[in-house]
Amino acid sequence: MGSLFRSEEMTLCQLFLQSEAAYACVSELGELGLVQFRDLNPDVNAFQRKFVNEVRRCDEMERKLRYLEKEIKKDGIPMLDTGENPEAPQPREMIDLEATFEKLENELREVNQNAEALKRNFLELTELKHILRKTQVFFDEAEHGGVVSQMADPSREEEQVTLLGEEGLRAGGQALKLGRDKAKFVQTKNKVASWSIVIVSGVANVVVSCLLCHQQEHAGLNPTESMTRALISDDNIARQSALGPVQLGFVAGVILRERIPAFERMLWRACRGNVFLRQAEIETPLEDPSTGDQVYKSVFIIFFQGDQLKTRVKKICEGFRATLYPCPEAPADRREMAMGVMTRIEDLNTVLGQTQDHRHRVLVAAAKNIKNWFVKVRKIKAIYHTLNLFNLDVTQKCLIAECWVPVLDIETIQLALRRGTERSGSSVPPILNRMETFEDPPTYNRTNKFTKGFQALIDAYGVASYREMNPTPYTIITFPFLFAIMFGDTGHGLIMFLFGGWMVLKEKPLAAKKSDNEIWNIFFGGRYIIFLMGLFSMYTGLIYNDIFSKSLNIFGSNWLINYNRSTIQHNKDLQLNPSSEDYIDYPYPFGMDPVWQLAENKIIFQNSYKMKISIIFGVIHMLFGVLVGLWNHMYFKKRLNITCEFVPQVIFLLALFFYMVLLMFIKWIKYGPKNELIDGPGCAPSVLITFINMVLFKPATKVGECEPYMYGGQSGLQKFLVVVALLCVPWMLLAKPISLMRNRRKQHYQLNNHGAENGDVEASMGTLQQSGGVTQNGGHKEEEENMMEIFIHQGIHTIEYVLGSVSHTASYLRLWALSLAHAQLSEVLWNMVMRNGLAREGWDGGIVLYAIFAFWAVLTVGILVLMEGLSAFLHTLRLHWVEFQSKFYSGLGYSFQPFSFEIILDAAQATTED
Amino acid sequence: MKICGPKYALCGLILSVWGIFQLLLMGVFFYVRSVALVEDLPLGEGNFTTLENFYDVVDRGYTQNAYNCWIAACIYVLTFLFSGHQFYLNSRSSLSV
Repeated sequence: MGSLFRSEEMTLCQLFLQSEAAYACVSELGELGLVQFRDLNPDVNAFQRKFVNEVRRCDEMERKLRYLEKEIKKDGIPMLDTGENPEAPQPREMIDLEATFEKLENELREVNQNAEALKRNFLELTELKHILRKTQVFFDEAEHGGVVSQMADPSREEEQVTLLGEEGLRAGGQALKLGRDKAKFVQTKNKVASWSIVIVSGVANVVVSCLLCHQQEHAGLNPTESMTRALISDDNIARQSALGPVQLGFVAGVILRERIPAFERMLWRACRGNVFLRQAEIETPLEDPSTGDQVYKSVFIIFFQGDQLKTRVKKICEGFRATLYPCPEAPADRREMAMGVMTRIEDLNTVLGQTQDHRHRVLVAAAKNIKNWFVKVRKIKAIYHTLNLFNLDVTQKCLIAECWVPVLDIETIQLALRRGTERSGSSVPPILNRMETFEDPPTYNRTNKFTKGFQALIDAYGVASYREMNPTPYTIITFPFLFAIMFGDTGHGLIMFLFGGWMVLKEKPLAAKKSDNEIWNIFFGGRYIIFLMGLFSMYTGLIYNDIFSKSLNIFGSNWLINYNRSTIQHNKDLQLNPSSEDYIDYPYPFGMDPVWQLAENKIIFQNSYKMKISIIFGVIHMLFGVLVGLWNHMYFKKRLNITCEFVPQVIFLLALFFYMVLLMFIKWIKYGPKNELIDGPGCAPSVLITFINMVLFKPATKVGECEPYMYGGQSGLQKFLVVVALLCVPWMLLAKPISLMRNRRKQHYQLNNHGAENGDVEASMGTLQQSGGVTQNGGHKEEEENMMEIFIHQGIHTIEYVLGSVSHTASYLRLWALSLAHAQLSEVLWNMVMRNGLAREGWDGGIVLYAIFAFWAVLTVGILVLMEGLSAFLHTLRLHWVEFQSKFYSGLGYSFQPFSFEIILDAAQATTED
Repeated sequence: MKICGPKYALCGLILSVWGIFQLLLMGVFFYVRSVALVEDLPLGEGNFTTLENFYDVVDRGYTQNAYNCWIAACIYVLTFLFSGHQFYLNSRSSLSV
């Protein structure tokens, strides 16, 4: 197996497949997932390729399956996911599959259509039922006034189309006879007389308006006048009835409830107030058959008079999408009709139930296989898609493919190909042929579940160039460690550790769940990172002696209090002097002494310590990055880069920044409280000031009796180091371009002098290229570049490195800054929240503490672990991407994307779930 | 009787386990007069006339806080049982679907 230090060695291969065996072979390769095919006809568009028909058929099958899936989901039937991975079926099985899906789809569509028609009928009938019920109330009210029986509409018959329509009859299998209302004419005089009574009593103002409109239309009289006449004179009425029958009609229907106000206003305006509208709400929501939504509707009934108004009213109803239903005006007919409707609804219900059952059976049967089918269809599609990338041989007998394969896996690929040939029954074995190429191969890092997360962090910055040193193995340790420096708290680390550990332990069941929650997937993908980050944070937390901002006194403090009682009683602040008996002069065995938790100057003490370790780790980290670069140069055989880049880079870093690190150690070791005055803490020179003076060539000034230097000859050594570091700058800047220029001139000189041998040189170069492969080729390209460009490139590189090492060193101070922020934040949280629960007298404290603790715990997880953890994570990521990787990593490669069913199926599943 | 959903029950479980452990330990630390926790004691105004008075108050504070921690831990035990019961109910009802 390959190692994680570099990407796999890849090679370009040509693959000759016999036409008959191609399908089976590609299917085997897809199961293997180790081959990346190249498109050999990039200028042919998707519709002109060879297997476009097959791909189209697969698309069609997929569409049908999606339709089925949608229906299954709609009914909430669980889909069986056995997790099994069926092999790609033979091409001839495709027809069977197609036929199955076709049959299923048609069946389902038919059932759905029938169900919809039935539902529409059901809706109509329910609406009619409501109309009959509600209008009964209207009529009853009116009858109370003794009017209604006279209302009639001779022209209603035209509306008496069979309510259920033909569809309904077919689907329901039973016809319903609707009562047709018989027109009644109002003729008799005594009945008209009874009208006037109604008008006088004022019970039904319907009649008033009807009467009015009637009179307006027919008599053309002033309405008030006519009213008085109608009220007063019997003669008039007699004359009226003589003019013809009073045609007072009504239509009844159902309309969406929210449309009622607009409908009412429209009616009023369009008919100039000559119609009368009554409406009642249907309490139960009705199901809209086309959308399946629950809608609220209202029953209305409109009274009017005359044909013109009738057409107008009908048009308005149509415009408002109200459905009109015939409603017989005789109570007996209505009752009969209501009975009919009820029985019809019952029948429909049974039919609907049977339709639903049938649909359910079909879907349950489909749900058992649907996942399996999806996998099969997607595999077939992927295979044909891949076959489309291939070139057709002139004889049409074989397909030619080009692919990138890892050199180590050629054997397994050969085996897979042989299996494929056997399966297809072909006799001619496929030929796998290695090719030489000048192209950069893809980068393929073989990862396992542990290294995958870390590799993803690196790849997010940029995929490594081919065969470049891969920073992942080092990141596995440095990433959690640098994170932990910023996140140092045993308590918070423990929470993170437990969370990560739980995910690692429950890995398999959790992975099987395949949640589509993006945040959860990020956490789960990085479970090993979280686990290690938690572990390392617990360690640094012990070093800082912080557990939820409290210290643990494990080994006993090494500081003593030697003050007597009265001193303590009468002084507000007291110091423990390390130069006296207060300190027993050997350090606390592990990490920080717990006494610092109670000290006023804890932060000042810790800042100095944490800043120094930040810089120390930073310089070591960067130096390590530069050293990793050496392996790159050695591997790519760039000797020039070693002498002209690597060596001056290391010297520069060592002479300036590593020297500063040494100064820190010298300061720690040399100066102590129990030493002489000049070696005492008061005389310790500041490392930062010393360093600044060193770079500026400024002599250090003597303060009092203290020596400004830490050791003899420091001034001279420092001057020497700065000069060496400065000399490295032109070395990095100029040495490489100049030597390149000289080499080139030498080559030209040779070529010119030995013109006769020119052919030989070229021939030898040709062989060199063939044997040397990619690296040689890179070298040649570089020489062909313009000299100017090389200078500029080198200039940028040098400036970046020199300025970078200053700013990057400073950048590592974020380790200190975040660590300080984290410690302070957790202390503030304890003091502001937890202390409220603790510092409480009396026995209710326990209950208060119970509540406060919950609050504190939530804040701890939310702010300190999640938010602070995220911020520390991002800073760590930056330190790796910018400060560490800029020293050796170019990240210009492209990743290896093998043709693999596993990846294709996962991607397809992810898109459908979105 | 089901009161809270599966997430709420799980949250209660985790919180109560954490609470039981931490409060028990804190109670022990208060009981053994841990210096690190001296700032969390109920010391009133802090005007002490004599040393003995101070020791008395601090001593009482430590004991008081230790008991308070243990009481809170006990309530968390109850919470644990309650959320565990809820969690059990939830997991059973989700299985039966």
